[in-house]
Amino acid sequence: MSADGTGISPTRVGTSPNRVGGIGRVTGAQQYVADVRLPDALEVKLVTLGVAHARILSIDASAALAVPGVQAVFTAADLPRPVPRFGPQFVDRPVIATGETKYHGEPVAAVAAETKDAAEEAARLVRVAYEEIAPVVTIDDALAPGAELVQDPSIRPNDPLAGTNVLREHRFGWGDVDAEAATADVIVEGDYTFPMVTHFAIEPHAYIAAPDGDGIAVWSTIQHPNWLQRILSGVLGMPLSKVRVYAPDPGGGFGGKQHAKYEPLIAFMALRTGRPCRLVLSLEETFQAVRRTTTKVHVRHGLRTDGTIAFVDVRADYNIGAYADIADRVVAKGSYPAAGPYRVPAVRILSRSVLTHTVPATAFRGFGNPQVNWAVESNLDEAARALGIDRLEVRLRNVARTGDTLNPVDTRCDGEWDQSVRKAAEMIGWGRPLPAGHGRGIALGIKSGPTTGLSYSTVRLLSDGSVIVLAGTSDMGQGARTVFAQIASTELGVPLDRIAVVMGDTSIVPYDQQTSASRSTVLMGNAVLSACRDVQARLRAMAAKLHGIDEAAIEVAGGVVRLPDREIGVMDVLKPGLGRMGGEVIGNGMARKDAEPDHPLSGSAAFFEFNCTAIETAVDEETGDVTIVKHVTVSDVGKALNPLQVRMQDEGAAIQGLGHTLMEHYIYDDAGRIRNLGAIDYRIPTSMDLPLHMESAVVENEDGPGPYGAKGMSEGALLCVASAVGAAVRDATGAELHDLPLTPEVVWRALRERDRRRAEEVAR
Amino acid sequence: MTQTIPIALTVNGRPRSAEVAAHHTLLEVLRDDLGLTGTKECCLVGECGACTVILDGRSVDSCLMLAVEADGADVLTVEGLATDGRLSPLQQAFLDKGGVQCGFCIPGQVMSAHALLAHTPHPTRAEVEEGLAGNLCRCACYEQIFEAVLSTAEAAAAADEEAGR
Repeated sequence: MSADGTGISPTRVGTSPNRVGGIGRVTGAQQYVADVRLPDALEVKLVTLGVAHARILSIDASAALAVPGVQAVFTAADLPRPVPRFGPQFVDRPVIATGETKYHGEPVAAVAAETKDAAEEAARLVRVAYEEIAPVVTIDDALAPGAELVQDPSIRPNDPLAGTNVLREHRFGWGDVDAEAATADVIVEGDYTFPMVTHFAIEPHAYIAAPDGDGIAVWSTIQHPNWLQRILSGVLGMPLSKVRVYAPDPGGGFGGKQHAKYEPLIAFMALRTGRPCRLVLSLEETFQAVRRTTTKVHVRHGLRTDGTIAFVDVRADYNIGAYADIADRVVAKGSYPAAGPYRVPAVRILSRSVLTHTVPATAFRGFGNPQVNWAVESNLDEAARALGIDRLEVRLRNVARTGDTLNPVDTRCDGEWDQSVRKAAEMIGWGRPLPAGHGRGIALGIKSGPTTGLSYSTVRLLSDGSVIVLAGTSDMGQGARTVFAQIASTELGVPLDRIAVVMGDTSIVPYDQQTSASRSTVLMGNAVLSACRDVQARLRAMAAKLHGIDEAAIEVAGGVVRLPDREIGVMDVLKPGLGRMGGEVIGNGMARKDAEPDHPLSGSAAFFEFNCTAIETAVDEETGDVTIVKHVTVSDVGKALNPLQVRMQDEGAAIQGLGHTLMEHYIYDDAGRIRNLGAIDYRIPTSMDLPLHMESAVVENEDGPGPYGAKGMSEGALLCVASAVGAAVRDATGAELHDLPLTPEVVWRALRERDRRRAEEVAR
Repeated sequence: MTQTIPIALTVNGRPRSAEVAAHHTLLEVLRDDLGLTGTKECCLVGECGACTVILDGRSVDSCLMLAVEADGADVLTVEGLATDGRLSPLQQAFLDKGGVQCGFCIPGQVMSAHALLAHTPHPTRAEVEEGLAGNLCRCACYEQIFEAVLSTAEAAAAADEEAGR
């Protein structure tokens, strides 16, 4: 029973108990990868070149090897021939640069030494002779006729695009755009760009590999330990059972820690030296390891005079960098819902993954959607303006209602989305008078949830009634541990402090496909739920045997065993049922969403993440400085299993979105070097950069596929931040904005352009 | 050979001594020589605050201070806040208010907040925002962190009032 008299146990779903694992996080006891110390470990330092693209002529390690304590200088020459390559989607990334470097920061050698100091000193002494080659840095560079090819066509056999820098083209759509365009009442088009940004998890990436009998053990800041296990098994030629991946809770992931980076290299070095090898990246090296795809989008909307959308036509080019990583999937999945959460009769989408000599891009919260959302929602505002229709009204007129078709081949609208829109509009005070220099914007965001999924869980009810949940999700801050414990607590009637959630060890914890796409509450949550139900079924069988009655006459739920004539506790069954030898009751669960081979994304959405963001800004006309006066974010979450964690994820995503909206971007020079590596010259939101007021809310209709009607959430509140902020600045000033981030300089220039345009109009 | 220098300092109330390399930072010595890995390493240029510790009552970025400069100092790290197995009120407030997500920045946040409250026991919200401006949180649960700090100050003030101080 509850302490507060509500009858609701404070650990059940729908309440907000303190974070499981929270104590270690406030005491410093939590061990992240860089905190793991193995005896006799060698420290590794990467050797990189100060250029983006170069042909490697020779590597002379003699001076480095002479540094006391240096055990090995590892290069491509130390690897099997041809140098093994890997990648989650394309097998294109070499374990270490071979023959050439393709981006600023690509390692050409790695030093292993007894101390960090020795490794760093030796790394500086590795002499690499190289010939610099002019890089292709931007999308325009890469698509120019005769552009240098980023990938050797020989690693792209039977690929008609192998002679270009386009890795893949994706075409999605339905209806007849040209026919709709012929009859649309207004057609509005525009070009929009999204900046190159990085995840900037406060924990830089870190890796340790150690020989482990006839196998290997690898510690990594990875989000997908089972996927990493598969990659390592492939490059090392070891069975999965001999590759043990430890994945301590990452200190922030945001997509940047999904896929293997330097783990194969460190594993080869550990096997070569016979000793544990440890590589902790600096923040600067992390910038050179992961970033988000950057985009150029051209969008065309056709509308009828009543405000209904007739067609959406989108061309999106994504700069994905030198190796594919998971970026081509980002391109496909990010551009696929480009038409937005609206009923649109005709849609045409062409997106391209463009290779360049820049840091390989990867997943980043929102998975390619924020980039396109910025263009499409901004352009929809311009279309509403052209028609003289209110920007909120145009959205309410077109937003899909439950059961409406979005893409004819995909999941139908699975929420009461207009509720979120109305709520956000009310919270921002849409339509009410504003002070001079202020403006409002509202934008809608949609993202396809996971298109496939497979999660296993094992739940162990121990002889004293305490519980161990095994779940292969990575808890990188989203609070998966807490939610799984709450599910077990709800199903088995066990308080949270008697539940342990074990993650992050591929030799112990059953398979989970991945921690991404806001999937874990739904997929692993369902697996944990079904494992708990399996435990309940076994308790039912145990009770039936003990009491000599039919199983069907017994019900087990929430820690209570209902016999035909009375209710007893779980312990009343467990203790006599297990008997003197002790033991445990083990339940297994699985959640699976199969691929659909004929689907354009190989799978329909398990659910949609839907968010409405509304913003009020004040803009300084003299400096272009933008103040976020109020930030409202409303997400359709189905059911908030832990309302506080939901709020933290939504508000955190919203603030993270303000980063790429207002301040964050890599600065590349023409030679392909990043000029603002590190925390001094690359700024993310601090406690001084927050909206003056932030309000978040959720819509809960228990209409999701997860436990108790939950949907996935965590990315939604980031999807349309830039669109809503841009719209508010446009509303405040009349300046048209096409390029992020909206730094004072960008806004100031847009203001001057507005003045020039107005002066021209007056002159006419 | 790297030159080493003996230093003696008090860490979390315990006298500690170490032979440290002249160029090693306090952060390196805490983590690598003294095994106190609660203090985190991120930017190494004094911008992120993950390595914040309290040295002679002042919050400092331990990545910017040479270990030899800490010779003779009294250092408090995140490991020293809980006493007798009980969380400090500030640590407890971080948990209760939801000020913790991935947790990697939290040792630094807690130490900065601890130093802030030591000097400004009744901070305004603006003072908290400014006091924590040097501590980045990419999960961005800043609002909940502010609530934790402000509620800790309020609880301390209420306790003082009750005690007639």
